[in-house]
Amino acid sequence: MRNLNRREFLQYAGALSVLGASGCTSLSGAATSGPHIVVVGGGFGGATCAKYLRKLAGPAIAITLIEKNRQYVTCPFSNTVIGGLRTLDTLTHNYETLAKKYNIDVVYDTVTGVDATAKSVSLSGGKKLSYERLVISPGIDFKWGALEGYDEAASEILPHAWKAGAQTTLLRKQLVDMPDGGVVVMVAPADPFRCPPGPYERASLIAHYLKQSKPKSKIVILDAKDKFSKQGLFQDAWEELYKGMIEWVPGSQGGKVTRVDVKTHAVYADTSEHKGDVINVIPPQKAGNLAHSAGLTNETGWCPVDPRTFESKLHANIHVIGDACLGGKMPKSGYAAHSQAKVCAAQIAALLIGQPPVDPSWINTCYSLIAPDYGITVAAVYRATPEGIVDVQGAGGVSPREAPHSVRAAEAVYADGWYKSVTADAFS
Amino acid sequence: MITAKCYAIALVVVLCGAANAAYAVDLRAAILANPCAGCHGMDGVSAGTIPSINQLSADAIVAALKAFKSGERPGTVMDRIAKGYTDEEIQRIADYFQSLKPNIKP
Repeated sequence: MRNLNRREFLQYAGALSVLGASGCTSLSGAATSGPHIVVVGGGFGGATCAKYLRKLAGPAIAITLIEKNRQYVTCPFSNTVIGGLRTLDTLTHNYETLAKKYNIDVVYDTVTGVDATAKSVSLSGGKKLSYERLVISPGIDFKWGALEGYDEAASEILPHAWKAGAQTTLLRKQLVDMPDGGVVVMVAPADPFRCPPGPYERASLIAHYLKQSKPKSKIVILDAKDKFSKQGLFQDAWEELYKGMIEWVPGSQGGKVTRVDVKTHAVYADTSEHKGDVINVIPPQKAGNLAHSAGLTNETGWCPVDPRTFESKLHANIHVIGDACLGGKMPKSGYAAHSQAKVCAAQIAALLIGQPPVDPSWINTCYSLIAPDYGITVAAVYRATPEGIVDVQGAGGVSPREAPHSVRAAEAVYADGWYKSVTADAFS
Repeated sequence: MITAKCYAIALVVVLCGAANAAYAVDLRAAILANPCAGCHGMDGVSAGTIPSINQLSADAIVAALKAFKSGERPGTVMDRIAKGYTDEEIQRIADYFQSLKPNIKP
């Protein structure tokens, strides 16, 4: 065991004396008398943060997790449902273990207001909770109307399926109902957006389904961008597995969609009309609505944060993690949110006992499935710098472009293991 | 050897009569090691096909990470990840997993 240096020991000792003064009974009983940390949002960011606060800050603090739904369906792996490889129930998690095993007070409600001065949050049920520190992990919301004609009502007809659940099921059903020879149009947004490789994994797994069940069908991806995550790997695999089935149209070559017509099942990019039997519109995004109403966003629509602690640059004692924050070079992914949540929990544990923040480090590992036995990854290790979070040069990167099938098959097997481990680490 | 950290743990136990002394977590080591759990499982106990690392000795973890880092050991993704850490950090990560061992059921 490593010896603590004198400074660290004094900090622990100081923290202990505070505990002694504030009544240690809370250590063995219900954690109600210690400082109260409120976490809002039960996705990969919020669930993980609540759990790791308990692991890292100990039993004396009170932790409340506020989430509007009793169940959480993960976006990671939801493309496997769209491709017919899995059912939605295998991606559905709940908060019972967090409540029971980690003594987290899970409140199923919606936050209606944040008072950063009084350090309290109001819930739609009428409750008001005071906090020592607030962590919000609200994920994304869509910029309805940014694509002309595409609002929430339109998404019930032309699904986005970019928040998993009913939308995932709807897109899957439309693909199943589509006749052979149909055209699937996908609209992919400009950066930044949730899950950079996600649209291309989705196209791959839809192609996998169509190849087996409706081989005369086609997929057209109309992209606002000219390049995308793991592009070479995806395009190599499309050529190998789905030749002629997937057409990718980059933004500079007519891919930039500006208008959607729900009635005629058409989207418009520059001057061209594209009709689809199934149309999947992944709209432009912004930080979750709560981040906006709480005054935590800047002109980008996302939340500026301290790169070491994720404390908001706009409001003290409020931390923003996950897709909603401006996390430097980290992508908006479930794994990134999960990694940020652990750092945030550790920093809050340090701050609660008067320690300065610890020098942080993060990992992101994103698996994409191109077929059930064909996986690829992108990975990176990140550090905080005064300019923000950056990836460590010389580390990370994507799977090798030239690799035998055994490597792709191994990554597909590990993708499944990744899902099991990351969801267990977040929710149980 | 009674280290300062053990003493701190003892203090919690004496003061509070509680067995759990999570305040003595080495946060710097935890911050380095916690991201590993996303794939290898909480505290290194994997929930799926990715190998558990909780039963490895600190020396074995150091050897594996250094071999991935140098390219001597082929990996699917660990070769890319291990290159992101200094040798000192690798040792710290290994020691952290070693320190969890007594508390974890395999």
